[in-house]
Amino acid sequence: MKKLLLLFIPLVTMSFSCKKDTVPQYNATIKAPLSIEFDNIIGGSDLQLGTASYSNANNEQFKVTMLKYFVSNIVLTKTDGTKYTVPQDSSYFLIDESKAATLSSIINIPEGEYAKLDFVLGVDSLRNTKDLSQRTGKLDPTGDAAGMYWSWNSGYIFFKMEGTAVVSPQVNNVFQYHIGLFGGYTAPTLNNLKNISIDLTARGIAKVKTGKTPNIHLLVDAMKMFNGSTNISIATNSVVMASALSAKVADNYANMFQHDHTEN
Amino acid sequence: MKPKNIVYILVLIFFILACKKEVTQLFEGFQKPSNFPEPVYKFQNNNITKAGFDLGRKLFFDPMLSVDNTISCGSCHIPTSAFTQHGHSVSHGINDLLGTRNSPPIMNLAWSSSFMWDGGIADLDLQPIAPITNHVEMGETMSNVLLKLKNKTEYAQLFKAAFGSEEVTNIKMLKALSQFMLMCVSAESKYDSVMRNQKTFTTDEKAGYVLFQNKCNSCHKEPLFTDNNFRNNGLQPSNLNDIGREMITLLPTDKYKFKVPSLRNLAYTAPYMHDGRFLNVDAVLEHYKNQVVQTSNLDPFLLSNGETGISLTDDEKGKLLIFLNTLNDRKFITNPLIAEQ
Repeated sequence: MKKLLLLFIPLVTMSFSCKKDTVPQYNATIKAPLSIEFDNIIGGSDLQLGTASYSNANNEQFKVTMLKYFVSNIVLTKTDGTKYTVPQDSSYFLIDESKAATLSSIINIPEGEYAKLDFVLGVDSLRNTKDLSQRTGKLDPTGDAAGMYWSWNSGYIFFKMEGTAVVSPQVNNVFQYHIGLFGGYTAPTLNNLKNISIDLTARGIAKVKTGKTPNIHLLVDAMKMFNGSTNISIATNSVVMASALSAKVADNYANMFQHDHTEN
Repeated sequence: MKPKNIVYILVLIFFILACKKEVTQLFEGFQKPSNFPEPVYKFQNNNITKAGFDLGRKLFFDPMLSVDNTISCGSCHIPTSAFTQHGHSVSHGINDLLGTRNSPPIMNLAWSSSFMWDGGIADLDLQPIAPITNHVEMGETMSNVLLKLKNKTEYAQLFKAAFGSEEVTNIKMLKALSQFMLMCVSAESKYDSVMRNQKTFTTDEKAGYVLFQNKCNSCHKEPLFTDNNFRNNGLQPSNLNDIGREMITLLPTDKYKFKVPSLRNLAYTAPYMHDGRFLNVDAVLEHYKNQVVQTSNLDPFLLSNGETGISLTDDEKGKLLIFLNTLNDRKFITNPLIAEQ
C-alpha cells in the first residue's frame, strides 16, 4: 500500500500539473475583446454628478457637474513581456461621466495573459497636428470633441472637470478646470500629456481569449486633481485653463488611476 | 419698340453675357506668382477645384454660419477692404458685440505658417472654427452650422459637385472654405510688376524702396511683407493689456508679441495694429519714429544704443509712404471671382 501510495502521489501531481498546463490555450494570432472600465470615483465615494457634495484637502466643499478626459495610444504587455500596441485609429476614447456608454472601452487584442496596461491621458501631440481628415469620430473638433477642443489655441483639451463651490468667486460659484497643451505646434509650450502605466499583476492579470471579454476595472479618483503635490484651492484658482498652473493640475490628476481588479 | 432701343438692349445683353463668361473664365486654380516663394499650405490634403472654390465662396458669404444668421465671414472680411472690416478698430460680431482684435486681411494665406494675431492656429483648415464658435463673433456651434446647411437644399448640389456626394460634413465644409481663402492671392500691385520686370519705380518710389529695405525689411520681409514671426513693436499696452502671443505659448518672453502683419494693401485695410488703434499709415510711421515704448520683449530692431524706434526724417517718411503705395493691389480688391456673388 505504501508503495502504491508512493506511485499514486506523483501520478496525481502529474495529472494536476498537466491540467494546469492545458487550460490556458492562447492563440496569439487570434484577436479577442478586452474591456477597460473607467469607474470614476471621488475620494472614497462613487462620483455623483451635480448632487453629492465633496471636500478637498483645503476643506473646500464642492459639487462636480462634469468630468471628461481623453485616453489614447493604449499599449498592453503580456506576462512574457511582449507588447501589443492598439492600432492608433481605434485607440482614442473620450470618457464622459455623464454618458454611461463611454465609461468602458472595448479593444481587440491578441489572445494571451496581460500584466500591464499603458496609455496616454490626453491626445498625443502628433494627432494634435494632423489634417482635418484624420480628426474624425471622438476626435472631431466640430462633433464629439467639440467641448474638448480649443479653437483659439488649436489643440485638444485632455481633461475637463467643472462644478460649483461656495468658495468660488466666479458667477454662479462655478469652477472650471480645462487642461490641454500638447507642447506647441509652431513654438514650444507646456506639454501636459501624461503617460499612465498600470501594473495588473497584484490585482489580477487579464486573460484575453476568444469567447470571453475580460474587464480591467480601474478606479479613477477625481479628487486627485485637487489633492497632490500641489493642493489646488478652488477659492484661489477656480478657473485653470491654458496657464502655467495647468502643469500642476496635470501632475496631480496623473495619479488618479488605480487598478481595482480584473474580471476574467 | 424703336430699332435703336433693340440695338441698345442687344448690346446690353451682350455685355451681361460677356461679363458672366468672364467670371467663369477667371478661375484658373491656384497659381503661385513668379516672384513668390513656395507656399506652405499642404495642398496635397486639399486639391483646389472650381466646384470646391465655389462652395467655399458661398459658405464664406453665408450669414447662416452665425447663430442668429446675421454675420458671415465676409462681414468682418470685406473683399473691397482687402478682406478686413474697414473702419472698425476691433471686429464687430453678433448682437453688436465687439471682439478684442482687428480683423486681419485674408490674402496670401497659402504662405502663412500660423493664423490669428497670436498665431494660436497652425492649420488654415481649422481656422474657421474659431470665429464661428467665438461668443462675440458668430456665436454658433459647428454641429448646428452643419444642420442648417443640410436643411438648405441648394447646398446639397454644391457639396456633390465639389466632393462627389451630397452629404454635408465638417471636413468638406472647412476644406471648401480653405479653397476659397487660398484663392485670395494678392500679387498684382505695382511692386509685383516691378519685381517681374513689367514696370519700373518712379524716382521717389525707388528712394522709398531703398529706405524700406534699410529700415523695415527685417520684419516686413519681401515679397509677402511679413516674416510670419511674432514681435513686440513697442505699442503702449491699452487698458485691456492684451499680452498677445504669451496667451498661446505661456512664455513670458512672448509677452506683447503679435504676428507681423503684411504691408500689402494698406490703402484698403485701415485701421492698423492688432487693436486697430492707428487710423492711417502716417500715424503708424509716427509711432515707429517717436512713440515706441520700451515694454518687456521690445523687438531688438526697435532698440539701438538705448534709443527706441526707427530714425526717420520727414522727407524719408514721405518717400516711404510713396513706396508703400506701390503695395496696393487694386485688382485684388475688385476681383469679381473672390467677391460676394
